[in-house]
Amino acid sequence: MTITQTSLFHTQPTVPVPVLVRLVMIVVICLALSVISPAFATIDNGLNLLRQASLLFLVASGLTLVIIGGGLDLSIGANLTLCACLSASAIKYTGQPMAGVAAALACGTLIGLTNGLLINRLKIPPFLATFGMLWVAQGIAYWFMAGQVIYGFSPAFRFFGSGFWLGVPVPIWVMLAVGAGCLVFLTRTTVGREVYVMGANEAAASLSGIPIARRRMLLYALSGVAAGLSALIYVARLNAAEPGIGEPLLLPAIAAVLVGGTSLFGGSGSIVGTLLGAIILTLIVAALNLLNVGSAWHPFVTGAIVLLAMLGDAFAARGTRR
Amino acid sequence: MSDQTLPRIPAAASRYLSRIPGVAFILLAMVVAFQVGNPRFLSTVNLANVGLQASLLMMLALPMTLVILTSGLDLSVGALIGLAAVIIGSLLLAGWSTFTALAAAAGSGIVVGLLNGFMISYLRLPAFVVTLGTMGLCEGLALALTNGEPIGGFTPAVEAFYRSAVFGVPTPVLGAAAFYGILSLVLYRTRFGIYIVAIGGNKDAVHLAGIRADLVHLAVYVVCSVSVAFSAVLLLGRANSAHPTVAIGMEFEAIAAVVLGGTSFEKGQGGLFGTVLGVLAITVLRNGLNLLSVDPSLQVVCVGLLLIAALLIDRNRKRVVTRIAE
Repeated sequence: MTITQTSLFHTQPTVPVPVLVRLVMIVVICLALSVISPAFATIDNGLNLLRQASLLFLVASGLTLVIIGGGLDLSIGANLTLCACLSASAIKYTGQPMAGVAAALACGTLIGLTNGLLINRLKIPPFLATFGMLWVAQGIAYWFMAGQVIYGFSPAFRFFGSGFWLGVPVPIWVMLAVGAGCLVFLTRTTVGREVYVMGANEAAASLSGIPIARRRMLLYALSGVAAGLSALIYVARLNAAEPGIGEPLLLPAIAAVLVGGTSLFGGSGSIVGTLLGAIILTLIVAALNLLNVGSAWHPFVTGAIVLLAMLGDAFAARGTRR
Repeated sequence: MSDQTLPRIPAAASRYLSRIPGVAFILLAMVVAFQVGNPRFLSTVNLANVGLQASLLMMLALPMTLVILTSGLDLSVGALIGLAAVIIGSLLLAGWSTFTALAAAAGSGIVVGLLNGFMISYLRLPAFVVTLGTMGLCEGLALALTNGEPIGGFTPAVEAFYRSAVFGVPTPVLGAAAFYGILSLVLYRTRFGIYIVAIGGNKDAVHLAGIRADLVHLAVYVVCSVSVAFSAVLLLGRANSAHPTVAIGMEFEAIAAVVLGGTSFEKGQGGLFGTVLGVLAITVLRNGLNLLSVDPSLQVVCVGLLLIAALLIDRNRKRVVTRIAE
């Protein structure tokens, strides 16, 4: 965190100490899990875990951009739900996988843009606008599905979620591509650097000529696109869509961003951190399953991780101030 | 800039008008529209029903007003009321006394309130994410305590309390009214209340004035969580069962009611009476849509649209008032 703050305008990333810390965490958890279960340290299991992490990362990637820019998007889970339901029914209706892709991405973008519009025009805080959007999108999804589950898709569409390319699951490739895209956007483009400035000090950013309102629209739209993309992968992997799938992802996504070292106060953080955060969270869930902890405890554990990560954030911030 | 021109309005009437939250007009319009759409809307039976439905939301939205006045937010109330209901329900089932069950629920409220308050007030972490974290804690605990199954079949006393009435007015409505009275006294007639509003304005200034601002700030979250935990009784009485996650989403209606009532997240503006109007607006909307048999999931969407409409009215009216003043 310190490093990204002091090297705001360096295009050359310095030695990422926070990344190293998180890599060590991952190695320690993996070693512990291999001791508990001999079946853990296999290539198949590794790929499987990474495939699970990829979905969490995709949802969290858009959120990372928004939080770095000083905002918050609580609607990502519900957005994912609505995108999933709409794209599933578009595929069923037309028989074309591409129709589903278009529906999911269009719906995600539209919800993201609406979030940005609400914040810009109504001047309401981001958490309020996106929290309202959460329930609106969720409500529409439940009404639209009317208690039905849409399932059974063509292999061509399922390839996105359960297919392999060069021996590696497709979602992992998507995760790497999105991660690389975000990395280039945040570190190598002017607009990306402006996002950091905006998140660190909006007034200063505005005075130095950054069009805050337009950048905000872009960030929330990107977050919506990320939700739409994750919806496609999720539906393709589950081979089903129902209105309860997205909402449980909100808390883990926020946890992944926070564990990844992105500060909730805006202006600092990295997409690599979120990637590692998503992997750490997936490993913790795997550990809970190995230890036979019931799935009812998952929200408790995720909530505790969010609170602990924030405590770490608070103490780190206190350290840099002195 | 508009704040400075506002006191210059000559007519006292227009000043008074500008204080009424936009939701009052929407509420009036909705009552008229629903009465026209369905003549049974203003019947005694339906009004008692609206009152009963509003009382639970009132118990959540009134303390939420205090929290929002401090520029904070509590997203954990929906999950906490579910947890408290599960705690009360399982203790009653296990044969414990009503008093013990209520005390245990209050205890859960105190713990959650202290956790929220400590992290938000003393560590100055953003309220919306802290309370999202505690929401996860409460939801997980409630699920783990019940294995995700609803529990029911306890003493009929709880439901009897919910259905009882004094002089024809349902007891929960009287309870909510009494709660409104108490909170109004606290907010408008005590130093604690003044500090709450002042913390929303500028916490550092309150601290520098020699007041233990951190402690007051923490107390607000404890008050909110404890009263939410107690309102679980109403939730239990309504369904005569405790479901671990049934109340999740109620935090949205509570926050929407507060914002509808004109309480702003900045500068400690707003008040309890506006929240009462907001609660009534949401309940009337839901009740009216029920009478028109609109799908419950679409009703949530309508609450969201109502919120946007009220915010738009409040924003544009300020502009109109400013223009008159100029």
